[in-house]
Amino acid sequence: MIRYLLPLGLFIGLIILFVFGLQNDPRRVPSPLIGKPAPIFNLPTLESADVKLRLDDLKGKVSLINVWASWCAACRIEHPLLIDAANKNALNLYGLNYKDKREDARRWLHQLGDPYIKSAFDQSGKTGIDYGVYGVPETFVLDDAGIIRYKHIGPLSKQDMDDIILPLIKQLEATAS
Amino acid sequence: MIPELGNFSLILALAMAIIQTLFPITGAANGNLAWMSLARPAAWLQFLFVTLSFIILIYLFLTNDFSVSYVAQNSNSLLPAIYRFSAVWGAHEGSLLLWVFILSLWTVAVSFYSKRLPLYFLARVIGVMGSVSVGFLLFMLFTSNPFDRLLPTPADGSDLNPLLQDPGLIIHPPMLYMGYVGFSVAFGFAIAALLGGNLDTNWARWSRPWTLLAWLFLTLGIALGSWWAYYELGWGGWWFWDPVENASFMPWLIGTALIHSFAATEKRDVFKNWTILLAICVFALSLLGTFLVRSGVLTSVHAFATDPERGIFILVLLGFFVGGSLLLYALRAPTTTRSGQFKLCSRETFLLFNSVLLLVAMLTVLLGTLYPLIAETIGVGKLSVGAPYFNAVFIPIMMPIIIMIGIGAIVRWRQDDAVRVWKQLRILFVGSICIGTALGILFFDDHLFRTSVGIVAALWVLTTSCSALLARIKQHQHKLLALRMIPRGFYGMTIAHIGFAVTIIGITITSQHSVDIHQRMAPGDSIEFADYSFQLEALRPVSGPNFQATEAVVKVMKNGIYITKLRSQKRIYSVRNMPMTEAGIHSNLVRDIYISLGEPLENNAWSIRLYHKPFVRWIWLGAIFMAIGGLLAATDRRYRFNIQHQKTVSLPRSSGSPVSANIK
Repeated sequence: MIRYLLPLGLFIGLIILFVFGLQNDPRRVPSPLIGKPAPIFNLPTLESADVKLRLDDLKGKVSLINVWASWCAACRIEHPLLIDAANKNALNLYGLNYKDKREDARRWLHQLGDPYIKSAFDQSGKTGIDYGVYGVPETFVLDDAGIIRYKHIGPLSKQDMDDIILPLIKQLEATAS
Repeated sequence: MIPELGNFSLILALAMAIIQTLFPITGAANGNLAWMSLARPAAWLQFLFVTLSFIILIYLFLTNDFSVSYVAQNSNSLLPAIYRFSAVWGAHEGSLLLWVFILSLWTVAVSFYSKRLPLYFLARVIGVMGSVSVGFLLFMLFTSNPFDRLLPTPADGSDLNPLLQDPGLIIHPPMLYMGYVGFSVAFGFAIAALLGGNLDTNWARWSRPWTLLAWLFLTLGIALGSWWAYYELGWGGWWFWDPVENASFMPWLIGTALIHSFAATEKRDVFKNWTILLAICVFALSLLGTFLVRSGVLTSVHAFATDPERGIFILVLLGFFVGGSLLLYALRAPTTTRSGQFKLCSRETFLLFNSVLLLVAMLTVLLGTLYPLIAETIGVGKLSVGAPYFNAVFIPIMMPIIIMIGIGAIVRWRQDDAVRVWKQLRILFVGSICIGTALGILFFDDHLFRTSVGIVAALWVLTTSCSALLARIKQHQHKLLALRMIPRGFYGMTIAHIGFAVTIIGITITSQHSVDIHQRMAPGDSIEFADYSFQLEALRPVSGPNFQATEAVVKVMKNGIYITKLRSQKRIYSVRNMPMTEAGIHSNLVRDIYISLGEPLENNAWSIRLYHKPFVRWIWLGAIFMAIGGLLAATDRRYRFNIQHQKTVSLPRSSGSPVSANIK
């Protein structure tokens, strides 16, 4: 009898593995950048090619960089959340407009609202590559010294914002001051 | 209104599937003839409603109804009509509908072509297949309904993934699913045999042609997928050991073991439990494939739609079907009578060895595929197992399999004389080694050992198969008549094994002797590579219906003789802003020349990749041979006559006795 139960036993082991496997988040790919200084950038802003946004402008405060583009459907999903969070929490939220056209991006912000203090215009996508962007949208949390503390791939949900991002910002701000 | 009709039709299909499951199975257990008779009409009605849903989804795609979420996510008004059609199965929801559609297609086919099966048996087979359908319809209706509406309706859809906008992808998924899902027939027969407790040779004979058909579709499906990856991904690779490829390859390995094990069970009444187990296993792997592809537990280039919630649902399905059938196996298998003795030197032994080895091969692929999952679960971190693991482990397992294919083809059933077998084989054995090594040395300069081993292996399979055929012919007095007397199944086996040899040649030579070069080229530049000269004639912009592209035109010459002009494009699909490479390929039987456009560089130059891939076509050519072999074997007259002459075991109406008492 035992001999005939063996296949069932093996199968149950496999199922247990899958149950554990499902609890892992496939999106949670560890970023080698976490804990490292954010890559330096010096980019024109979306409003004007003459106004620059540099990494140094972000330093001194805990800030968020949200990588977005007008062609990105998932950005549309997280956008209301960003606007809401920016309004309620006075976030230092910067945009990194990734591989986009200037008019399209501006029109997008005009239609949907602009939660960003400024958006850097990364037309070539070079800064995006420095930041290891591989799926837009992505969101980075930087501490006051410009060290990357957290990276989120894909659209943020309300839960991500309330349970991870906002508490992390509070904590970082507390240690900064 | 029309999407709601599709949805409603799916619900009706579910109702039919429930009837198709409950009544025939209970009827078969209680000997209720009327309930058993419900199996066929319920299956037909289910097929009708699923087909209606499927047609409605196609219609929604063709008419650009972006109020339907699934259409909006996977189509666009600029998408050419043929891709709007194939976009139906371009993502998760539609793939599932295709899955269920093909399942009901197989069920209807079984109900038509198994008219002479005993009713109690057919009722169980159709009932089991119905239960699979119930599971998948519930899955679709609860977690992934293709008819869900999207509010507000977007002005246009977000387009089909450009990777999937390719002729190969129109037929690849249906083929693959015909294979995957076709194994549910073998599963249905196995469970029906277990339920009825009639583990005789009959069930093997009945389900063997179905399994062969499923296997041949899977073979073609995998080959098409590999061919698609080869020309569409733009890096000239034809197999990546990607989790999704593995998900289709594992059922293929076990399906191969199963069709061989069936031969032994049917002809010699041996390995009955083993065959049942393989039939359960192959279907489990089909479900597992669906789970791996659709749940997101493994990251893969193919994982287009992933969602943990869906993963749990599939896992429950997997647990129910496979766990349930393995439990049934544990309860019923001990009662199987042992019969069909055989000696160590017999075809049975070699078939058994080979099916065990195929199982081991499958387990190594499974381990490699799941290792990232295991590593993450026990906390070693995210990692993936690459081709080096698979090549290092898989090839050594294939070697004994290849040796035994040759012996198995020659050795007789039940008992053979080892000396006789050796006498017949030794010349082939030594001949393969000598000729294979000589060919390797003659035609190739490097990687001699590996190349020669591959050629020797292929020659061994080829010559032993032909020798077995010749031996068969020799038995007859009249040689020409003998050609007609030999059953189709034998021809099928021979052709499939020759196909396997062809694939071995293709894989060996392509993987050992492909060369590539990465070159900066501006218009007018030319380069000598692999005995050919390549001249970049022009770079020009091209626009398609939903993309913009740069096209390179490259003139290929050999020794001053014009060969061909190759065109390779770098496309940007506008809606998803996604770049795609269209490779330019010139192929003949012994080599492919393959060009793909890389990245733009300064001064109007581009980086261009050139590949020379000898014998790559043989990989897929072999698969075609295997499929033809499968078709011949599946249509062997033995099955056709059996179906026609099988006496229906009719149940006495008044009978209250258990149905199994009426089995002949």
